[in-house]
Amino acid sequence: MLILQQLINGLMLGGLYVMVAVAFTLIIGMLNFLNFTIPALFMVAAMMMWATMTGNLPFGNETLLGVFGEANLWVAGVLIAIIVVSLASLVIERFTYRYMKAKYGDATEHALPLVSSLGFLIAFEHTVISAWGSDPLTVVSPFGDATFEIGSLLFSYPQVISLVLSLGIVFTLNYIIRRTKLGRALRSIAERPETATLMGVDVLRIVPIVYVITGLLCAISGVLFTINYTTVDAYIGDTVATVAIAGMVLGGLGNVWGAVIGGLMVGIIEVFSIYIVGADFVKVPIWGLLLIILIFKPTGLFGHSAIGKGKF
Amino acid sequence: MSGYLESQLIILCLSIIYAYGIFLPAASGQLNLGAAGFITLGAYASGWFNLSDGLGVSMPLSVVMAMLFTGAISFAIAFPILRTRGVYMVLATFAFAEVVSGLTINMEFLGAAAGMPVDDHAAVEIVVIAAIGVTLFSFYFMSTRLGLALRSIHDDESVSVLFGVNVRLAKVAAFTVGGMLMGLGGAMYGHHYNYIEAQAFNVLLSIYILLYVLLGGTQTAWGPLVGAIFFTVVPELIRNLAIEIGSDWLADSRFIFFGAFIVLMMVIRPEGVVTRTMQDRVASALAGRRKDTGETE
Repeated sequence: MLILQQLINGLMLGGLYVMVAVAFTLIIGMLNFLNFTIPALFMVAAMMMWATMTGNLPFGNETLLGVFGEANLWVAGVLIAIIVVSLASLVIERFTYRYMKAKYGDATEHALPLVSSLGFLIAFEHTVISAWGSDPLTVVSPFGDATFEIGSLLFSYPQVISLVLSLGIVFTLNYIIRRTKLGRALRSIAERPETATLMGVDVLRIVPIVYVITGLLCAISGVLFTINYTTVDAYIGDTVATVAIAGMVLGGLGNVWGAVIGGLMVGIIEVFSIYIVGADFVKVPIWGLLLIILIFKPTGLFGHSAIGKGKF
Repeated sequence: MSGYLESQLIILCLSIIYAYGIFLPAASGQLNLGAAGFITLGAYASGWFNLSDGLGVSMPLSVVMAMLFTGAISFAIAFPILRTRGVYMVLATFAFAEVVSGLTINMEFLGAAAGMPVDDHAAVEIVVIAAIGVTLFSFYFMSTRLGLALRSIHDDESVSVLFGVNVRLAKVAAFTVGGMLMGLGGAMYGHHYNYIEAQAFNVLLSIYILLYVLLGGTQTAWGPLVGAIFFTVVPELIRNLAIEIGSDWLADSRFIFFGAFIVLMMVIRPEGVVTRTMQDRVASALAGRRKDTGETE
C-alpha cells in the first residue's frame, strides 16, 4: 500500500512536470530550439503568485485586496501571473525569433536563440532576486491542507486538481493542434517554415501565439507549484525545468503525448528514488536514464527523428 | 597585490581555462553544456590523488594525473556523445554533468555532500601560469592542421568530409583535449582553494562558461579569452562603480543588465565579439601601419 501511495505522489509531482515538459516540447517541435526562458517564466509566475498573496507586489496591493478580498486573493495572483508571463513571452519572442529571422533569414541557424534565452534566464532571475532576495519565501495555501482518502490512500485536493487541470490543458492543446486551423498552421511550420509561408501561413503571426501558449503553460504550472508546495525562491525554475527537460527527452522531442508520459514518469522516478535511496541520490537515476536514452535511442520513446538534427 | 585583486585574478584565470575547454569542441560546432561535470572530475581526481588518504602523490604529478583521468573519461564518452547532434548534444552533455555531480555527492570517500579538503596549495602564480599556458596552447592548437579541420567542420561538415577531413577523429580529439583542459581548471580550483564541494560546480557554472565562449566568438582562439575577461571583469567594475556612487540597487541588479546585454549581443553580433573577419581586419590594419612606418623611415 505504501508503494501505491508513493506511486500516487509521483503522479501528482509528475503532473507539474508535464506542463513544463509540454512547453519545452512545443518550442522544440515548432522552432527546433531549446528554450531556456521556460524556467524563467515558470519562476516568474510562481513568484507573482507569492507576491500577490502575501501583499509583496511593487504596487497595487491594497487595490487588489479591496477588489478581490482576503479569501480570493489567489484569483488575483493567477490573473497577474498570466498577464505578466504572457507579456514577457511576447518580448522574448521578439528577441529569440523575430529579429533573428528578419536579420538572418533563419532564426534557428547558429545557437542564437539558445544563447538569448539564457540571457533572459539570467536577467529574469536577477530581477526577482533584486526585488525579493534569493532566500526561500513561503505563503499560506489558500486551500489549507485539504485531503481525502480512498481506502487507505491519501489524496490532497490541490494536487489532484492540478493533475486533472494539467492533463485537461494538454488534452485541449492536443485538440487544437490536431483539429483546428491554427493547429494545422502550427504543424505546417513545424514541418518546414518556408513551405508554410508559401502556402499562405502567416508565420510571423503564428509564432508569437506559440510563445504565448508556452508562456501560459509555464504560468499555470508555476501558480500550481506555489499553491501546492507553498515555498518559492528565485531558482525553482531551474530545479523544476531541468527535470522537465529530462521528461521531455524521455518521451521524445517534439511529441506532446511523449512529454506527458515522460513528465509523469520522471515524477514517479523522483519520488521512488527519494523513497528507496534518499534525496541526495535523486539526480543519478533521472539523468543516468536520460543519458542512456540519448545515446542509444535519441528519439526517446515516441519521438520524431527529424527534430534537432540541424545545428540549431 | 591586494587580496581583492588577487581573488578576482584567480576567478579570471580559472574562467579562461574553463572557457578554452569548452571552446575547442565549440570550434567544430559542438556545444558542450557539461563543463561543470568535467571540472568536478578534475578537481576531485587531483584532490584525491594528492590526498594522503588517497594516493598521496605530489601536486604537479596529481594535476597531470587528473588531466589524464579527465581526458580518459572525455575520450570514453566522446564516442557516444558525439553521435548526438545539435540540441541532443547539448542535452547529453548536460545530463553527463548532472550524473557526475549526483554520483560525487554520494561518494563517501570523496567527502559526499560535506565536500573534500585538498592538501597541497597552488599559489596565485601557478594558476596564472596555467591560464597563460592554456591560452598559448589553444592558439597553437587552432593553428595546426587539426585546428583547421575543426574550423572547416564548424562551417560545413559535409564539405569537410568531401575534402577528406576525418571528422570523427577531429571531433573526438577536440572533445578530449577540451575535457583535459577543464580537468586542469578543476585541479587548479581545488589546489588553490584547498577545498572542493560538488555543489559549487552547478548548472549555472556550465551555462556561464558556454556563454563566455559563444559571446566571445567560436571562430578564433581570441573569442574565449575576450569572453572570459569581459564577463568576469565588467560585472566587478559595475559593482565597484555602484559602491563608489553608493547605489545598492545597481550593485544588486548588475546581472539584470548582464542578461539584457547577452540578449542584445545576439541581435548585434550573433557570431560573438571576435570574428574571423574582425581578426583579419585588425591584422591587416596593423600590418598596414607597420608598412607605412617602414616607408617613411
